[in-house]
This record gives sequence, structure tokens and C-alpha cells, in this order.
Amino acid sequence: MTRIDESRNGLQPGERLEPRGRRKRRGEPASPLAGLDPLLVLTVRRIVAAHRSHRGPLLPVLHALQDELGHVPPDATPILAHELNLSRAEVHGVITFYTDFRREPAPPSTVRICRAEACQAVGAEQLVACAAEHGHALGKPGPVAVSQVFCLGNCALGPSVEVDGRVLGRVTPQRLAALLAERTAS
Amino acid sequence: MTVYVPRDSAARSVGADLVADALAAHGVPVVRNGSRGMLWLEPFVEVTTAAGRVGYGPVSPADVPGLLEAGLLDGGAHPLRVGVVDDVPWLARQNRVTFARVGITDPLSPEDYLAHGGLAGLRRALTLTPADVVAEVTESGLRGRGGAGFPAGVKWKTVLGCPGPLKFVCANADEGDSGTFADRMMLEGDPFALIEGMTIAAHAVGATEGYVYVRSEYPDAVATLRTAIDLARARGWLGLDVLGSGLTFDLHVRVGAGAYICGEETSMLESLEGKRGMVRAKPPIPAVQGLFGKPTVVNNVLTLATVPAILASGAAAYRRLGFERSRGTQVFQLGGNTARGGIVETAFGTTLGELVHDYGGGTRSGRPVRCVQVGGPLGAYVPTSQFGLPMDYESFAAAGAMLGHGGVVVFDDTVDMAAQARFAFEFCAEESCGKCTPCRVGAVRGVEVIDRIRAGQEREKNLVLLEDLCVLMTDGSLCAMGGLTPMPVRSALTHFAADFEPPAPGPVEPVPADAAKAGSRAEPAADDLATVASGVEPQALPEVSS
Repeated sequence: MTRIDESRNGLQPGERLEPRGRRKRRGEPASPLAGLDPLLVLTVRRIVAAHRSHRGPLLPVLHALQDELGHVPPDATPILAHELNLSRAEVHGVITFYTDFRREPAPPSTVRICRAEACQAVGAEQLVACAAEHGHALGKPGPVAVSQVFCLGNCALGPSVEVDGRVLGRVTPQRLAALLAERTAS
Repeated sequence: MTVYVPRDSAARSVGADLVADALAAHGVPVVRNGSRGMLWLEPFVEVTTAAGRVGYGPVSPADVPGLLEAGLLDGGAHPLRVGVVDDVPWLARQNRVTFARVGITDPLSPEDYLAHGGLAGLRRALTLTPADVVAEVTESGLRGRGGAGFPAGVKWKTVLGCPGPLKFVCANADEGDSGTFADRMMLEGDPFALIEGMTIAAHAVGATEGYVYVRSEYPDAVATLRTAIDLARARGWLGLDVLGSGLTFDLHVRVGAGAYICGEETSMLESLEGKRGMVRAKPPIPAVQGLFGKPTVVNNVLTLATVPAILASGAAAYRRLGFERSRGTQVFQLGGNTARGGIVETAFGTTLGELVHDYGGGTRSGRPVRCVQVGGPLGAYVPTSQFGLPMDYESFAAAGAMLGHGGVVVFDDTVDMAAQARFAFEFCAEESCGKCTPCRVGAVRGVEVIDRIRAGQEREKNLVLLEDLCVLMTDGSLCAMGGLTPMPVRSALTHFAADFEPPAPGPVEPVPADAAKAGSRAEPAADDLATVASGVEPQALPEVSS
């Protein structure tokens, strides 16, 4: 949670977050937000508030949350559900349906190799093999996360690889190996 | 004198930013235009001269000093000089209507847009009644460019006929099909055209809000479009009183999150509503009950971006182009193993061979062309014997193929078609939304059946089973994902049956009878899906232990 900027939430370090709404009566179940990191609660509330006017705001909210925190922490699910008046199952269902949303912090570097047909036709599989040869099999955890993607829209200049958000065209195995080595070393 | 270096992400993928920086470092001011679509020449530098715009490409940053020395700024001779761009035969043969401005203008310059005919369509539309605009679009013969080819005017008429104060216009920019990149190039190269087209659609059907659903793999397109919308709002092209006409229409950009299925229109609507991208059963069609249950126009980016040109020049001018029931132009996209890939916008009816050979110049590898896949991952593999096919919706459908979004992916003779067929199922298994069983389960079973056929296990029986599975998926799936996955499979099997023979040398490894009987359950399905398609045997991938 160190990535949350406390000052942006108007909270002093160490200050306690009072639960919103009326006081709990005896015998009532605990607040759905009880025990959650108050900074996370405030962050989610702020992002949701910024998207209140949108219709069906869950996806833009999740994108904004991931942009800020680097991932969507599992604890965000009950807060999102509470704030958006959805069930936790609905929120969980959406987060897990879309491959873009990460539930763990992102590795320092991400490399996505396009494995769709147009890139297959010009050697995408050699790139996948090359990555594996250099210790970066698809999906293997590490400082450089190599994964597959189906089409980066660069089909005339394949094989394409997205390195830390930037699309590269006509990538040779040698170049990929160099890119991976660079990122593994740093 | 103006020097242009494209800002298109394809050009950037091969170093356009570095070239622009190198030019700037030499004190040359650079305008970042869209791409002309001659992608093999990227980064493609253009300079205005008295004779017209002169192009150089492909330019690397290291070429810049030499180019300047050779007189780049006056269009001087250099080995990379391709001549006056408008006279390059590859471009001169095309008929650019939808892509008329792409590559020529600065995509984020409203002045450029106006200077090149922008807003003429919207201004004319605003003088017509909604019904007349719909009639004009119907009369033009414009059909949906997303792949299905449904007449745009008919769809608009349905929405216009629906009562209610709240209607939507949605542009589908979830261009997930491999081999297609025209939506992206339009968004990055002429975003105002889409904005104008959507505004015309809003006027025509009585909508007040619009959404553009762009896939997350296109961050440059998202950024360009968002900036363009802000510029358009500031100029009164969007908002409460569009061009002083009283029309209220505003646009929002929504970014997908890595789900191919969200390119299917009902799934896209679910995603826009903030839900999982699960396909809806039709009817009700989105035109009647679409986004948030309201009447909704859902069109592809290219369909909507073509509308301004139709309104500006009239339906008859557009209708004159084309072939039989496919009127106007199609933006074909040449990709894969092609020597000269890029955007070929031409009237329907040009042949596949003309595209692949005349425009594409054969393969990039220099080997013979073996086949092409037309229409994305759900489109058929077409052998060279069918290269005489005219590019139009009906001719392709009659040949058991589909035109789709106009993507043409070229393969050379090293391609293993059984691996491609397997990949079609693998892709479907990966990207299926899971709502209907034929798609969700059929795709996994398809991978297994093809593996058994390739291994020579009960070949004849499994071929029958595969055909049965294809029929079931085609007839029983909710949407085109499961319904069209059999198309690449069947076409590969029909035209390239030899690739499905078991490997000739050595006896086939006998498979335990119980494993074959138990079928898929006995097979490590998860591993199957993880192994590599496309000709690389699993064992060829070195296992890395550390």
C-alpha cells in the first residue's frame, strides 16, 4: 500500500478513518469495509467519485484504480461493491473476466509477444521460443513478465512485441533477446 | 516547406519518433501526420515541394544527416526517395474515400480537417430531416464494415423508428481481429471523421450520447481520439448546440480491457455497461434494446467514418463505386508475410490475387504464397487457386469464406495448415465468453480432435467427429465467435488436407485404447492449450528450469 499517496486523500499519516454512515446497532453485521486498509478505502472512494457521472462506471473505475496502484488489490472488491451498489460477485466477475486487470502488483517490466495469425506468418513462434530459451517462458514469474497477446494492430510490420507499453515492429529473435537481457540486468 | 513524419503507431513501432527527433535535432520543424498506409516504407518522411509532397522511406535516424545533405527539404535525390507521393502507383491506383485524409493531414488539427473537406457532410446532414439522412445512407448502399455487412441505413431506420428520449450511438473500435488495423489507423490518422460520422448518426436517429469502445491494446488511438473530442467540443462540433443547429450530442471514449469477445456488438454493450463481456442472445436486437436497454446504433469505426463523405458528395457518387450488392469502397488491410503491407482502399470487386500480388508484391520472405486468411481469425484460409475471387461480401460467402473487416493475412509455403486449424480452436477456447456451450466446450474439444487427427489416431472417425463438431458450433453458438471458428478449420481441411496427415516417417505411437475411449478427459487439456500452435512442436521449446 506504499504507493498510495496519503496527502491526496486528505488524511494525516496515522489518522483513523471513521466509517461513513449511521452508527451500528447491536446485533447488526459488521460494516462490509471493516478491517480494510483505510487508505485503500479512500482511494477507491475518490476514484469512484470522479466517475460518478458516468453510466456503468465499473470499467473506467477499474482502469483508473489500476493506473494509480499498478494493480487492482483483492481488498478493493468489497469497497467497489459498496460504493457502486453492486454485489461483490459482480465486481469480482468483472475483474476476473478481463485479462488486463491484475490482482497482484505488476512486475518491473512487461513484454507481450503477439501470437495472432499475422505475426505467426512472420515468425511469432520463434520469438516465443527465443524468450523461453533466455529464461522467460510465457507466464513465468520474474522481473520481466513475458506474456502473449492476440494482435497489437501492427499486422503489416510483424512480428510485433509490446515492451513496457510501447509496440515494436519487425522484431527479430536477436533483438528480443537483447531487450530481455537489458531488462533482466537492470 | 513542411516536413511530415507519421505519428501512427505502426510508424512509431519501427522508429518514427527517433526519425522525428533526429530531424528536430537538425533544426527541422516536423508535423506529425497520420500514415499513408504504405507501411513497408515506414518511417515515411514527406516534404512539401512545388511538385507536390515528395516521400522518402524507410528512413532510419542514421539516414537523416545524409538526407538533409542530399537536399531533403527541396525534395532532392536520394536512394530512399520514392518520388511525388500522389504519383506512387501503389497509392495512385487506390480510391480513397474513407481514408481520404489519413496520412495527409495533421490528425489533431481542426484547421487541416476543415481545409480538407471536413464537416461538409455534417453541415449538409443538419439541413436535412433525420429521415432524409437515413434515406441517403440507405441509398448509398453502405454496409457495416465490421464484418457482417449489414446495411447501415436499415439499422439506422430501426433506431429512428424507436420511440424514446434516450438513444445511443456506439462506435465499435474493438478491432481484435488479427490482420486488421484500419480502425486504429483511422482513429490515429483522422479522428474527426469518426466524430463527424457519429454526430451525423446521432442527428439521423435522434441520439444524444455516443460511446467509442476502443481496445486497450491501442493506447495511441485512445489518446488521439480523446484529444480530438476535446478539440471538437471546444469548437462546438460536439455538445449542447452542435454547429448552432440545436442538436445535442456528446461523445465518450471507453477503453476495453483485453477481451477479444468485446468486439461482438452485444458483448461490447455489456462491457460498456460495466459488466463482463458476455454475449447477449438476439433478439432483441441492439437497434431496439441496446445500451442500457435503449435503442442503439452500433457501427464499426469505418462505417461511421465513411458517412461524412457520403453526405458530402451524395449517395449516388458513393453507390457508383463497387460491385453488385457491395457498394462503395472497402479499406483492405494487407498484413502477415507480405512484401508491401498496408492500407489498400479500393472499390469492392478487385480480386484477391490483385491485392496479394499487385499491391502486396508477394511474400516478405520471398517464398511462394501458399494461402491467405481473409477476415480475421474467424475467416477462411483461401488457397491461391481462388485468387480470382472478387473482393465482395457475396462472392466470398458463396466460396465458403468471408470478407469480414477486410483484413488479408498472407502466409508463405512454410505454413502448417493443421497447426493453423488447431490455433483457430485454441484461440476460441482462450477468448470465448463462456456463455454458450458449443463455443465454450466445442473449442476445447476441437483442439483435442485435431491433435488426434494429426497423431493418426482413428483418423477417419475423428474426421467425422470434427465435421460434426463444426456443424454443431456453426449452428448452435450464440454469436460469431463460436459460429465462425469452424470456418478457418474447415477451409484448412478442405484445401490443405495433406497437412492433416500424420507425420510420414516412423510408425505412429500406439495410443492406449482406454485413453482414446475416455477421449478428452484422459488428455491433459490444460497443457494442450498451453502448448504452441503454428508448427512448433512442444518439445522444440526448450524447457528452462531456473
